[in-house]
Amino acid sequence: MTGSIMDTFFEECEELLEAMDAGLAAIEEGDQDPETVNAVFRAVHSIKGGAGAFGLDELVAFAHNFETVFDDVRSNKLELDEKLIQLLFRASDHLADLVTCARDGGQVDQAHHDVLIAALAEYMSEEEEDLTFEPMGMGAAFDPAPLSAAQEISYDIRFHPLKEMFATGNEPYFLFQALSDLGALSVKLDDSELPGFDAMEDGESYLSWELTLVTGEPRSAIEAVFEFVEGLCELSISADGDVEAEADALAALNAAFGMAPAEEENAVVAPLEQSAPEPVETPAPAEVEVDEAPEVPVEAAADKAPAAKKDAAKTSGPKPTLRVELDRVDRLINAVGELIINHSMLAQQIANLDASDTRDVETELEGFKTLARDIQEGVMAIRAQPVKPLFQRMARIVREASAATGKTAKLVTIGETTEVDKTVIERLADPLTHILRNAVDHGIELPENRAAAGKNPVGEIRLTAAHRSGSVCIEVKDDGAGLNRKKIRQIAIDKGLVPEDVELTDSEIDNLLFLPGFSTAKEISNLSGRGVGLDVVKNAVTALGGRVNISSTPGEGSMFSIILPLTLAVMDGMVVSVAGHTMVVPITAIVETMRGNADMINSLGSDGTLLSIRGSFVPICDVASSLGLRSSSHNEPAGVYLLVETENGDRCALAVDDIHDQRQVVIKSLDGVCGNVPGVSAATILGDGKIAMILDPESIVTASSSAAVFDTDRRMSNAIAS
Amino acid sequence: MKTKVLAIDDSRTIRNLLAACLEEAGFEYHSAVDGREGVDIYPDVAPDVVITDINMPNLDGFGVIEELRGDGINSKVPILVLTTESSADLKARARAAGATGWITKPFDDESLIFALKRVTGAVA
Repeated sequence: MTGSIMDTFFEECEELLEAMDAGLAAIEEGDQDPETVNAVFRAVHSIKGGAGAFGLDELVAFAHNFETVFDDVRSNKLELDEKLIQLLFRASDHLADLVTCARDGGQVDQAHHDVLIAALAEYMSEEEEDLTFEPMGMGAAFDPAPLSAAQEISYDIRFHPLKEMFATGNEPYFLFQALSDLGALSVKLDDSELPGFDAMEDGESYLSWELTLVTGEPRSAIEAVFEFVEGLCELSISADGDVEAEADALAALNAAFGMAPAEEENAVVAPLEQSAPEPVETPAPAEVEVDEAPEVPVEAAADKAPAAKKDAAKTSGPKPTLRVELDRVDRLINAVGELIINHSMLAQQIANLDASDTRDVETELEGFKTLARDIQEGVMAIRAQPVKPLFQRMARIVREASAATGKTAKLVTIGETTEVDKTVIERLADPLTHILRNAVDHGIELPENRAAAGKNPVGEIRLTAAHRSGSVCIEVKDDGAGLNRKKIRQIAIDKGLVPEDVELTDSEIDNLLFLPGFSTAKEISNLSGRGVGLDVVKNAVTALGGRVNISSTPGEGSMFSIILPLTLAVMDGMVVSVAGHTMVVPITAIVETMRGNADMINSLGSDGTLLSIRGSFVPICDVASSLGLRSSSHNEPAGVYLLVETENGDRCALAVDDIHDQRQVVIKSLDGVCGNVPGVSAATILGDGKIAMILDPESIVTASSSAAVFDTDRRMSNAIAS
Repeated sequence: MKTKVLAIDDSRTIRNLLAACLEEAGFEYHSAVDGREGVDIYPDVAPDVVITDINMPNLDGFGVIEELRGDGINSKVPILVLTTESSADLKARARAAGATGWITKPFDDESLIFALKRVTGAVA
């Protein structure tokens, strides 16, 4: 139970941290709306509140400091200057780290923690600093009694509610009931002050009670019962033996109640602390309360009434939402996948039927197909989430990277409402982080260099998300120096990644950055370096079924584009046959298809073949031979050529035997079944129930002849040029 | 008859904690995600006791108390304020607005039930 509540707490923390970052970013941009400041305050406050419930003391303590400073901002005691905003950003980042540590275990950087605490303390006034966070009040006041019952003591309690008490909804009866839980209670009403009926004033309090409680609980337990009415009543609590002389009166009182007091207990000398005659400490002077009471609500009402109205006007209420476990959605997605497979099978069965007229059935089947697609889109929409939270996290990355490199850069985000599959968002975080660090570290120049080049000293990185014809396009564009192609080429040669005399186009040089083991950093900086190159980015994006590309203009900056499929579960594919096997090629990769004939084939060198299409040449890649299904048979035309475009814009013709169909297929992962198969990205189940491999054109082309593609392309360009 | 509690808090975590504790103790639990919703659903829920947070969007806890106690609704039910701080000032403000008592966060189940008991008499 607590576990799942704690999970919710961490989920909520993520949302609160995002809200906090969004609020701080808005404030940095000059947002002066008090509600924005309030929202940030509430976020910190809620994190603290929740953390307290789970005993996450370190988190509570830091949130408390943060909150204290921010409260002064809220009440305009502190002015928000650039320095304070930056500190608040760092504090917010650190709070996020503390949340992560609390959730996943681990330790935050203690030095950093102390630095931030000290920096926050500078903004706190003396008294606030001294005020250590310590939950007080009822929780602390009421300690349950130890199991071994203490000596029972008889307490005399005199209770006279002031009329103000009744306005707060407190009822004497319930207080007595709570007291009776502590021990044997006797209650005597004192109505001696009750005037005649005519003299009675409405709302006045005339009644008092005299109570006797025999209990083993300490005095503090009794005081705790009256906690809420402190200051709203006249209260005196005295233990027997407090005053020797009172004993007789007490006995008389007890007798009057018809209660036989336990003689022995009465005789017991109470422990010193309890028997000490204490002056009645609880009732505060009633006048003070009465005087204050009318003032405070007026002030509070004046504060709030307009704010409340404004809030109500501003937010006409969020759309109702429902939180569902991801597992349930995934089950639904799987079921929809099966539904689509089922449709294919049904269609196939009907086609095989020996019926004379299947038109009616086919019409219905078409309706089935449309519905299945609707359901699929609906389910996908459940998983879809706006990229906003992801983008907001990236703002932090840029801040940190800027601080670490001494550069100034700001992140501009566009298209934050673009919705992408949840898994895609999760798995994009790492590659995006890497690209952004890279952009700050290598892209953006130092402020002085930027100024010298006539640029704004503050670099700008644009992070854009957009839907583009069935895919999601995410771009990271910086206005830095652009790629140093000469240097990149030299490094690639030095590292033996390309031959020394290679001729490369600009785009090919740019894409060398994605080669494994490539890193331009002279020393491994602790930023984008870390010994891993952009190949990690490429792998991550490829694993999502996407492509990544880089382009650059010297002096103006570089741009990374990541193109991703909208969903990871279903895709449109072309069903083809290769050496007797049925396979699927993703439609998104195919530019054009054509029947082969001998005239189109041109040999090049000993093993290269080119396909001529309307006067231009593209290298041919025989799918069957590259998958090892048969040895290559060059100069015979294949049945069909699929013209595909690789991520860096090169084209290649995939030779297959035949095309059967174009249809939606459900992607079934091969992970855990047969591991990673080169050239194959996943599998699917076709209408006839057979399993078909989904090909990965990119890796087929690369695997079959990566060098040859470069090479033929080069030679061809030269040939055409000359 | 179960005692009906209306809990108003913008924190899902706190709402969950309250729900877990109160339902286990046999209370009937209702909740609202901010002050505005709390006041809006109050007449329909008709709770025996209200627990409200102070810092909330769209109408804070003081606003809730004022509206519930105000002429429109004129509620007499006990209202407990949830507060992280035990600052005297905050309590005084809440009380002046008409709050019955307060629950200091972080609360444990025992102290929550104890507070409810003192204002409703409910054993649950």
